[in-house]
Amino acid sequence: MNYEPVIGLEVHVHLKTKTKAFCGCSTEFGQEPNSQACPVCLGFPGSLPVLNKVVLDYAIKVGLALNCKVQEFTKFDRKHYYYPDLPKNYQISQYDLPISKDGFLDIYLEAGVKRICIKRAHLEEDAGKLIHEDAITLVDFNRTGIPLLEIVSEPDINSPQEAYEYLTSLKSILEYLDVSDCDMEKGSLRCDANISIRPEGTSGLGVKAELKNMNSFKGVRDALAYEIERQIELVNSGETIVQETRLWDAKELRTFSMRTKEEAKDYRYFPEPDLPPFIIKSEKIEKIRRTIPELPREKMLRFIKDYGISEYDAKILVSNKNNADYAEERFKAWQDKNKKPVVNWLIGPLAAIASSSNIEISEVKISTSNFLELIEFVEKKQVISNLTGKIVLEKMAKTGKSPYCIIQEENLAQVSDETILNKDIEEVIKENPKSVEAFKAGKENAIMFLVGQVMKKSQGKANPKVVQDILKRRLIDA
Amino acid sequence: MELYKLTAHELLEKLAKKDIASEEALLAIHKRIEETEPKVKAYVRLNKPGELKDNNELNKPSSFLKGIPVSIKDNICTEGYNTECCSKILEGFKPPYDATVIKKLKEAGAVILDKKTNMDEFAFGSSTENSFFGPTHNPWDLERVPGGSSGGSAAAVAADEAVWALGSDTGGSIRQPAAFCGVVGLKPTYGRVSRYGLIAFASSLDQIGPLTKDVRDCAILMNIIAGGDSYDSTSVDITLADYTKALVNDIKGIRMGIPKEYFIEGLDPEVKSIVEEAIGKLKSLGAVSQEVSLPHTEYAVPVYYIIATAEASSNLARFDGVQYGLRIKEGNIIDMYKKTRDEGFGQEAKRRIILGTFALSHGYYDAYYLRALKVRTLIKQDFDRVFNDFDCIVTPTSPTAAFKIGEKVDDPLKMYLSDIYTISANLAGIPAISIPCGFTKKGLPVGLQILAKPFAEETLFRVAYAYEQNTEWHKMKPKL
Amino acid sequence: MAITKETVEYVAHLARIELKPQELEKMSRQLKDILDFIDILKRAEVKDIAPTSHILPISNVLREDTPVASLAAEKVLMNTPCQKRNFFVVPKVIE
Repeated sequence: MNYEPVIGLEVHVHLKTKTKAFCGCSTEFGQEPNSQACPVCLGFPGSLPVLNKVVLDYAIKVGLALNCKVQEFTKFDRKHYYYPDLPKNYQISQYDLPISKDGFLDIYLEAGVKRICIKRAHLEEDAGKLIHEDAITLVDFNRTGIPLLEIVSEPDINSPQEAYEYLTSLKSILEYLDVSDCDMEKGSLRCDANISIRPEGTSGLGVKAELKNMNSFKGVRDALAYEIERQIELVNSGETIVQETRLWDAKELRTFSMRTKEEAKDYRYFPEPDLPPFIIKSEKIEKIRRTIPELPREKMLRFIKDYGISEYDAKILVSNKNNADYAEERFKAWQDKNKKPVVNWLIGPLAAIASSSNIEISEVKISTSNFLELIEFVEKKQVISNLTGKIVLEKMAKTGKSPYCIIQEENLAQVSDETILNKDIEEVIKENPKSVEAFKAGKENAIMFLVGQVMKKSQGKANPKVVQDILKRRLIDA
Repeated sequence: MELYKLTAHELLEKLAKKDIASEEALLAIHKRIEETEPKVKAYVRLNKPGELKDNNELNKPSSFLKGIPVSIKDNICTEGYNTECCSKILEGFKPPYDATVIKKLKEAGAVILDKKTNMDEFAFGSSTENSFFGPTHNPWDLERVPGGSSGGSAAAVAADEAVWALGSDTGGSIRQPAAFCGVVGLKPTYGRVSRYGLIAFASSLDQIGPLTKDVRDCAILMNIIAGGDSYDSTSVDITLADYTKALVNDIKGIRMGIPKEYFIEGLDPEVKSIVEEAIGKLKSLGAVSQEVSLPHTEYAVPVYYIIATAEASSNLARFDGVQYGLRIKEGNIIDMYKKTRDEGFGQEAKRRIILGTFALSHGYYDAYYLRALKVRTLIKQDFDRVFNDFDCIVTPTSPTAAFKIGEKVDDPLKMYLSDIYTISANLAGIPAISIPCGFTKKGLPVGLQILAKPFAEETLFRVAYAYEQNTEWHKMKPKL
Repeated sequence: MAITKETVEYVAHLARIELKPQELEKMSRQLKDILDFIDILKRAEVKDIAPTSHILPISNVLREDTPVASLAAEKVLMNTPCQKRNFFVVPKVIE
């Protein structure tokens, strides 16, 4: 019997507003404990919440980008449970009228596109942070009240890799919308998973396990992979799967059951009396829709069409909005219709420079005009060779100088003068008799080796095309 | 005339004429409190020395209130000064912020008295017997309750231990003690006064309001505390009227509705006849009256006790020993929660929390909480219909006068039924005032309640003022 | 409405209140009386009636996303029974 996994993901995203959801405390990360709190987010007796308008706007924005129906009428509810990181012992959340629902996110796999339906995306406030010591637990309330958007998918995901794709696509969209930092390490994006298995080809839902404590997208993928095997093994050995919460241990690379006994949770939801409801008119929704930028998928397709980039390269470029914008500025500024030279120089040498300095492409400090000037010098005017071009590019990134300046200062202009090239060419012919013979014998490619040797000798300064011509003439005549 | 006997507006007159200095009013009150507290016990934690810093208002002759002291119920947050809701679970709590009404009073030049008034724990009660500090005694008969939950504020005003006071009203907690103590008490329209800093009992029903010696003082105090607040999403920014302008001695043509459902069995016959006489007085002053019907009245108490306890159970979930108040340091965190809350809450608080939790719990939510919310709509609609044709509704404030201390405390249901006339105003969100309208043969005050449509406090002041100016009840003082 | 001792115990647990046995007895009896009284609501005709969660006809109460000074840590912690290095302290929580 073959089994297939059925996975649903719950992603909690910090909305990067300047202040918290219901009070004016700053949301800056990493501050001294309990220095970013007030009577409201501390839940002090007598305090009352007031919703941050940008939180609402961001929630609508995300809902639209995820193809959801944004609700005309939405409200908040109280969700009750006791935990020391929850000051009021209830969380202000949304229960039956979430701000948006019934959307989808398409993911692109080898086999093609797959639509993952999104059940709902709702607003809630975050809880504080607990730090466990030997006999006590410390509580820091800086994080309480930070606005969260909880995005819940339907159980449409059927493999760990699909889950990974879903998460990377979601993160990419959220970054494009500029509503969250989506940094799992800083905790601005958290993911829990629900997973069950069923016989292949069936459509029911098995008993699910809830997985928590995954700290990276890779961790989610690994945890799901482990859990699938664990569940299949259990079923194959005749045991039943228990509905439970399991934690991922990234060191041991396995999931284990939570120690505490689970009781059915009765959250006693009821409408939050301190917050009147919200009526969202269609004009507002359209206004926000107009602020949504071109999203990654659309941009990728357009890059392929307009700039002749491969899907592989386009995907890399659009995965970061700043990189995509940086690249596009340069593509557009290049006058020719054929953007290939710019594409190649960007995805090749420039990306390499970025990677070696551990920064993004968009952070490489080379202006558009300088970048394009360099490409012209190499590709069109052949002032310098490709090899020299890469060297000049590195210097441009370090110094911010123009290619013209650098070429002049370091005397890197490509040599095309035959009289100057002669010395190196003669030496190479002398030193490589085998290749000379090979060429004369009809092996055309042997000349490339000789050209390469001349380039080496001239430290890249020789114009390779000119060198090739000269070599051909010499060898054919001789 | 001893200063402590004066109303706030009388003190203001003397201060304006420079007949007295600010300090004198405060000193007179302090002296009166010293003399009278052993009998009345309107204030709590008196053995603690005053913790407030020297209030600068005494030196600001240009301020409006010129340092007149205001007494504050123990559930309204005063920065740096204990606010404990008369509950053991909040012992020692010093809020790090002022309630908005406190800020407004300070800005107007009031002195916040350095003693808080007694109340039923967390406002759960109609007699002030549920206070952790023991009951307050009704100044008119020390063996009787002052009413609740703002019993301390009402008794202090009646006994001249306070110039005027703030209380809170969720189901009648300002009006009923006002009636029992023979003073004026107003519950504003829901949303008229900011709740920021009021330790919440039932969020959709609570309001802060004045308890005063006469109607003019009530209007003055309302002018100061009313208004929208950006810290309270449920407060409303409607233009504030000057309520003292409504104090005209003229109610000719005012249409009063007298609800038949309020004059049935259960209403003490003496109270009934005193209230009917008061209505007669209003008619003699030119108002017209007619019987009306509020058909869903019989549901008001059950609806209230579901909604109020449900919201209370939620609002009180935060009292767990982590950040403030009592903490029983035993066992693991769950033990800490359970023992702290068992030890810290009194009987009535526990009863309401459990009832409220039950009403919200899975399986019972629809039958109890949701149904109560729907019946609340019906109750509101009753009032909307009547206010289409009437300017106000007039009723007794309470079915009886003050009962004896200990009489109802063991029968919670009996206690709940004493709120029967006041509860509907909270459910409908409408303003309501109680004014003294007579005394029983035993010498106990009786209150007349006037209700108006939302944000029509001016109507209440107008009718109340006219009645008051044509009677002498507000001038009578208990023999202490 | 019949409310058993078990139900009261369960609800008390939801509310994190530990009732002593005599308290549980008394509470169960009193709650039963109250719930019997509340049952009068069953008679009310609520078909097609919308629930009132908010009595005022207001909506869309919002504030600007402008930071306001937070409380100093000492004020945040000044009421707690137990603190350490500007953290609140509670018995060890096992997750």
